[in-house]
Amino acid sequence: MAPPVSTPKSASPSQPSGKSEVTDLKLQLRHLAGSRAPGADDAKRDLFKRVISCMTVGIDVSPAFSEMVMCSATSDVVLKKMCYLYVGNYARCNPDLALLTINFLQKDCHDQDPTIRGLALRSLCSLRVQNLVEYLVAPLAAGLKDHSSYVRTVAAIGVLKLYHISATMCHDSDFPAALKALMLSDPDAQVVANCLYSLLEIWTQDAANSDEAAREIEALYGKSIIYYLLNRIKDFSEWAQCLVLDLVSKYIPSDNNEIFDMMNLLEDRLQHANGAVVLATIKVFLHLTMSMTDVHQQVYERIKAPLLTLVGAGSPEQSYAVLCHLHLLVMRAPMLFSSDYKHFYCQFSDPSYVKKLKLEMLTAIANESNTYEIVTELCEYAGNVDVPIAQESIRAVGKIALQQYDVNAIVDRLLQFLEMEKDYVTAETLVLVKDLLRKYPQWSHDCIAVVGNISSNSIQEPKAKAALIWMLGEYSQDMMDAPYVLESLVENWEEEHSPEVRLHLLTAVMKCFFKRAPETQKALGAALAAGLADNNQDVHDRALFYYRLLQYDVAVAERVVNPPKQAVSVFADTQSSEIKDRIFDEFNSLSVVYQKPSYLFTDKEHRGPFEFSEDLSNLAIGGDSGDDVIHSAQRYEENDKDLLLSTSDKEENGGPTHNGSSTYSAPSDVNSSTSLVSSSTTQPAAFAIDDLLGLGVLDTPVLPPPPALSLNAKPVLDPGTFQKKWGQLTVSSSQESTLSIQGVASLTAPQSLIKHMQNNSIQCIASGGQPPNYKFFFFAQKEGSSSFFLVECIVNTASAKAQIKIKADDASASDAFASLFQSALSNFGSS
Amino acid sequence: MISQFFVLSQRGDNIVFRDYRGEVAKGSAEIFFRKVKFWKEDEAEEAPPVFNVDGVNYIHVKVVGLFFVATSRVNVPPSLVLELLQRIARVTKDYLGVLNEDSIRKNFVLVYELLDEVIDFGYPQTTSTEVLKSYVFNEPIVVDAGRLPPLGPAAIFMQGTKRMPGTAVTKSVVATEPGGKKREEIFVDIIEKISVTFSSSGYILTSEIDGTIQMKSYLTGNPEIRLALNEDLSIGRNGSSLYDYRSSSGSGTVILDDCNFHESVHLESFDVDRTLSLIPPDGEFAVMNYRMTQEFKPPFRVTALIEEAGSSRAEVILKIRADFSPNVTANTITVQMPVPSYTMRASFELEAGATGQTTDFKEGSRRLEWNLKKIVGGAEHTLRAKLTFSQEIHGNIAKEAGPVNMNFTIPMYNASKLQVRYLQIAKKSKTYNPYRWVRYVTQANSYVARL
Repeated sequence: MAPPVSTPKSASPSQPSGKSEVTDLKLQLRHLAGSRAPGADDAKRDLFKRVISCMTVGIDVSPAFSEMVMCSATSDVVLKKMCYLYVGNYARCNPDLALLTINFLQKDCHDQDPTIRGLALRSLCSLRVQNLVEYLVAPLAAGLKDHSSYVRTVAAIGVLKLYHISATMCHDSDFPAALKALMLSDPDAQVVANCLYSLLEIWTQDAANSDEAAREIEALYGKSIIYYLLNRIKDFSEWAQCLVLDLVSKYIPSDNNEIFDMMNLLEDRLQHANGAVVLATIKVFLHLTMSMTDVHQQVYERIKAPLLTLVGAGSPEQSYAVLCHLHLLVMRAPMLFSSDYKHFYCQFSDPSYVKKLKLEMLTAIANESNTYEIVTELCEYAGNVDVPIAQESIRAVGKIALQQYDVNAIVDRLLQFLEMEKDYVTAETLVLVKDLLRKYPQWSHDCIAVVGNISSNSIQEPKAKAALIWMLGEYSQDMMDAPYVLESLVENWEEEHSPEVRLHLLTAVMKCFFKRAPETQKALGAALAAGLADNNQDVHDRALFYYRLLQYDVAVAERVVNPPKQAVSVFADTQSSEIKDRIFDEFNSLSVVYQKPSYLFTDKEHRGPFEFSEDLSNLAIGGDSGDDVIHSAQRYEENDKDLLLSTSDKEENGGPTHNGSSTYSAPSDVNSSTSLVSSSTTQPAAFAIDDLLGLGVLDTPVLPPPPALSLNAKPVLDPGTFQKKWGQLTVSSSQESTLSIQGVASLTAPQSLIKHMQNNSIQCIASGGQPPNYKFFFFAQKEGSSSFFLVECIVNTASAKAQIKIKADDASASDAFASLFQSALSNFGSS
Repeated sequence: MISQFFVLSQRGDNIVFRDYRGEVAKGSAEIFFRKVKFWKEDEAEEAPPVFNVDGVNYIHVKVVGLFFVATSRVNVPPSLVLELLQRIARVTKDYLGVLNEDSIRKNFVLVYELLDEVIDFGYPQTTSTEVLKSYVFNEPIVVDAGRLPPLGPAAIFMQGTKRMPGTAVTKSVVATEPGGKKREEIFVDIIEKISVTFSSSGYILTSEIDGTIQMKSYLTGNPEIRLALNEDLSIGRNGSSLYDYRSSSGSGTVILDDCNFHESVHLESFDVDRTLSLIPPDGEFAVMNYRMTQEFKPPFRVTALIEEAGSSRAEVILKIRADFSPNVTANTITVQMPVPSYTMRASFELEAGATGQTTDFKEGSRRLEWNLKKIVGGAEHTLRAKLTFSQEIHGNIAKEAGPVNMNFTIPMYNASKLQVRYLQIAKKSKTYNPYRWVRYVTQANSYVARL
């Protein structure tokens, strides 16, 4: 990994000249080791510097280990520190040699000077050598009791280092308890903070296997510790304040007065110049007020100004991190920001990643009152020299148009874009015009007049070309030369590389044929012939399908390929609201920047959520493919109406956003017959799969609900049937419930909850996850009936929240079951 | 928390590398550098400050052309890490006086000392220059700032970013001066970054000032300081003052939208007489950050015109007028204007007797560049350029060019009219009279005129 070492500056100590240097250094070090001559320390300093600089650039200087240790007997602090650094870096790969250093490090731990004691203790703990841990215990224990707060801060983190080398040794020496005592009593705030860092890490890791650790973690979020820390908040350094605030954001206050007291106490933290403190405070405010809609809204109003100030104040990188959080808030509550749109105008100096965020925010904020200004501004960017931003801006204009505000003016603007005659502008605009027409067919005349003038030769982008072809087919009666343009496109079939474009061309020629048969017949014949000979399976199949359809009956073909269309009312939201909520839960973390929940980017050992056990992952895949089947089923239906929609939307839907657990939450006002992208697992759709896959409709007798629901104590359901049912049924009840503190404490492994639910006649079919997130699939059966209840339950032990989704064969009994399930869950831990 | 911290040069060399937790592979610096260099191969897009490669989060800030990078495996608060990185850079500068590749290389052992105290096992400990003094033993090797070329390769990294203008102070807070005695002095800089967008008709579309009161103290014994601002300063645009006729921009009342303060600042008397009191910690820090969207008089008027002159030629006229007092001089002014992509050549015509002005046609990015060493208040300058195109003009040529962007620095000028009325230092003795420097500077952040 060593970057090329540049030679010209080799005079500088940090620019080693090569590998032979190591041998040379060894020799010189050995020479100096015993020397007590005046100036020897200075010579050593120079040598040590050279060693460290080799280390920095990645040259392995570990061969000089014994020489370095020999030279380390010195009273010069600077030398000592360099030696510590060196030893810390190489001890792990040279455990035997590391033993050599123990002696002098231990001796230094008893030095008169607290700085030396602290340094030695830190280095001792940083050796990371398994068989040396026994030497750590005594100095650490002494360090925790040292009268110098500096040594105590070092010792508090030292315990954590020991834990990572040997957890058992750490526990056997009872260090966690000592840290806890220190945390609650130490006068030095940094010692308290370091104890807290260590304890959080130790107990969180232990919580997987130890109920006690889980209880301890719970206690950290408890009232007494939170209040203890909050009362001292101003003693802490700004960094430690962030830690405390993060802890507070997980605290669940008992009543509203408590919430207001805490917010009043923290109010001035919003004026802090350090953005990290401000964001941590905002997280507390947002989470505390989640259940109080009015106050929550006031919080938004309150935090706007500090956030905007932070955006302007820091380096571009800092602004970016803050802006990402503003972006999240804007996306959640665009209305509240509608008058602040000018703050999100792109500035010349903004890097493109900032501009992209701002464009999204402007799109979200647009409403009746500001659309004109926003669109005018966006149009300025369309001519931007920065092509990706120009494209993004055009897309933003289109999205705003789809939001229905001031469509009139926007269509005019889009048409002006087409007149700019810049290739990328034209390409981007065409796609938008197509989408607009799907939603507002009434604009077809205005658009067609302009689109008709565009030469298909000048468009290269497949998406844009597909859009143009779609319009040619769809509006062929209004475009004089549509058949001829299509014909020339068919003639160049061979040169068209994108299968997507070829598919659209086939369909467009068909549509054109139904409207203007005499003019199109020749082109149709050519297109079908070319399609049948096509190498792409999809293209070939579609050509064959059309061919046979036409052979069978032209009228039927027309009904299939070109039926009257209904306007699309709602386009798909690319991110499910569940994912968005989860990102919001992780406010003030990287999740907000990546716009992904943490389990999608942190690897196993460093994340809590969702690691599926074998059967659960099957189940999850099953659930997923269930969704897919429904998609394709719907698509199949929609295909009849509009082939272009299905292909272009496939990409949007197949996005990476949904994990095994997420089902799509469709907007409730969606007209399901027109919105193919809503993809809610509605009952008719479920039947559609059955028909498609030839499974037959499930025979579920619907019984009138008995007065009180009782459950079969020993229901039987195999995973396969569960999967199938899960895929077919809709969510009849979706709720969030809170776990008792005892419940959270007992939930150290999924088994405990599974047993508990079993006692309530609710069986688990699959479970998985790691603290703090678990996921369960339960089922239960109504006594004396064949009707099942299926439950997906996601528990977060950190927030003590459970998200429950219930699907039932008999939807009428689902509420009764939901309350039964909730009460069973809330009893968990108390028995 | 933070797994590793490293500083990379522009070429990707490790200047400093510290592994705190041993959980990220050693090759991370190289992975990072490659990712940043080739973020998007076809597009000239910059890598965002935060990204994830194989489960490792790379978080970086660019300071004087160097990358300050932290890696982490956990879902850390990004602003915390970015603030911390920025703070590490600042503390290092406090110690070394000058922050650049050379000074870090010369003092890397000192930097390691600092890093050991600032972060332990990935957790931030202290970033206070003052606290760190007792644990850092290396004496800084001072690099002569004057010797450095002002426009070294690092300068390209600084252009177009919102970088704060560096204070002229390049003195380490710890190093003793040649005379052996430290000079007692304190610097207060009011730095404003202004953003203005002019419409094609010269009307101001948006304007904003992001300001900072920055302090750097070399006072011994930490005396208390009082900093008095405009008495009629008001904060928050929601207050009644907004609708008060007297407070319209003409009368000189300064209305800030919002501000925040360094934690050492006491605000008790701020509400009464707009005075900040604080005991300044060592080193450089922002006493107060503020933001203002109240209308202000922009320092420059920019007019740009592009006109067809034949079928494949056009003429550009750029005019700038300095709308400030003749006592003030702006320096290092750059005016850039993108021209149509099919421009082949440009010939320039400067006004008669122009000095200290250069012009250039950047073929790669298709833009005209006009540099002026300085502009005295009240002056007006014009540049004419003739463009030759590789094809005939069609459509509206003005839509293919612009917007004009301007960069400048104006010392001893501030657009917001925020003033430091006085700077009072608690006296230790009668003879104690340290040097006080209150300086103003205004910089363009985004100064754009549309065509």
